[in-house]
Amino acid sequence: MGEAIVITSGKGGVGKTTTSANIGTALALQGKKVCMVDTDIGLRNLDVVMGLENRIIFDLVDVAEGRCRLNQALIKDKRFDELYLLPAAQTKDKDAVSQESVKEIVSELKKDFEYVIIDCPAGIEQGFKNAVAGADKAIVVTTPENAAVRDADRIIGLLENNNLRSPKLIINRIRANMVKSGDMLQIDEICSVLAIDLLGIVPDDEQVIKAANAGEPIVMNPSSRAAIAYRNIARRILGDTVPLMPFEEKDGFFHRIKKLFGIG
Amino acid sequence: MAAARHYVTIKGVKDGLIFILDDACPFEDVIGELRHKMEHTHQQLLTGPVVHVHVKLGHRTISKEQEEEIRRIIGRGGNLLVQSIQSLEPQNSEGRKPSSDIKVMRGIVRSGQTVVHDGNLLYLGDVNPGGSIICSGDIYIMGSLRGMAHAGEGGNDQAIIMASYMRPTQLRIAHVISRPPDEWNVEETYMEFAYIRDGKMEIDKIHHLHRVRPDNPL
Repeated sequence: MGEAIVITSGKGGVGKTTTSANIGTALALQGKKVCMVDTDIGLRNLDVVMGLENRIIFDLVDVAEGRCRLNQALIKDKRFDELYLLPAAQTKDKDAVSQESVKEIVSELKKDFEYVIIDCPAGIEQGFKNAVAGADKAIVVTTPENAAVRDADRIIGLLENNNLRSPKLIINRIRANMVKSGDMLQIDEICSVLAIDLLGIVPDDEQVIKAANAGEPIVMNPSSRAAIAYRNIARRILGDTVPLMPFEEKDGFFHRIKKLFGIG
Repeated sequence: MAAARHYVTIKGVKDGLIFILDDACPFEDVIGELRHKMEHTHQQLLTGPVVHVHVKLGHRTISKEQEEEIRRIIGRGGNLLVQSIQSLEPQNSEGRKPSSDIKVMRGIVRSGQTVVHDGNLLYLGDVNPGGSIICSGDIYIMGSLRGMAHAGEGGNDQAIIMASYMRPTQLRIAHVISRPPDEWNVEETYMEFAYIRDGKMEIDKIHHLHRVRPDNPL
């Protein structure tokens, strides 16, 4: 029996889908059997980020309404044999499925997969309720902005009402230089307001956008700092203790030499 | 004549009758009017099916003998059964609720959540931005107050708000609303409290509380 983890944030645009794609891929990289479920019906993105858009035949709504069997709708990833995606429908809206049917689908998936990663839509309405219905655990994604932290706090409260106690926190898009100069919220500050366990911090990295556009999760590219952050998060989900990454760019030897000559 | 001054009010409720006895007059006057009502003006109550009666005395406290007398007068007809004789908690000399009446709660009030309590509240935990805590009495927060706190809801302008870490988005006491002015933003670790002085919200360190509210039974 696998474990269903919902990735949520309340606020839009903080990186739920990117996080879902990368955690899913990173877990697959660790040899786990993973299924990602996109519950953002009407505004599906996870398939685009994973580069699997053109393989979609059936979707979540088709399964819920009995137009196909569950395994007909699952799309196998092009990189991993044990990574699958259950896409959302693009033509319907959030009310097209009920909490019960999502719950049923997720518990069906848990029989076959070690991890079911559920990508939650923004907001706190039906889409959110659907996404958390079948989840065993929750990961809350936020960015170091007041608005995102406020929404994350709201979401944590709602998750607790849904019996998803002690969710884990990912702080996304941290800019080392802005945190240092005091223009961005400090990580400690965010953690003390939200008062939940920190699962990981992900630095802001332009390569994430590039990778998402290419349909290739950033976690596949080990030279990116964001990729290492996501790999660390996946290892922590598996139970390893991995220290938090220092978020300022470490000066390499080569870099220091360049600096010495004033060209770095 | 006593009956004309309404020391006794009789109300019908779903499960019987409530006798509300005035608490600001001599007990004899109340008994006099009660007897008058039962014997003369409200005789129709004494016939018919069995009815339960609750007697409310307001702030008056009475002796066993006086209680017996009330029971005897009301119970005379045989169909009125006195279920309870209640008086409100006696007030202390300052007319405030006694200090033992503090509710203790734990947790985190997160964004979008509201804690409402009638009375004084000791909250062990944080109140986050977007969260609110509303009390008819005082609010004591052992934790960070980053959200909204409303003490003395209903009009008690003697209420205070106290927090270990006072960084609220808004404070309200009774009908006074205050946004934290910028001068509060000095980094301090003292425990602080908010109160109303001359109709304006003030913030002070906790060790000044006994001067501002000397009769506050902490």
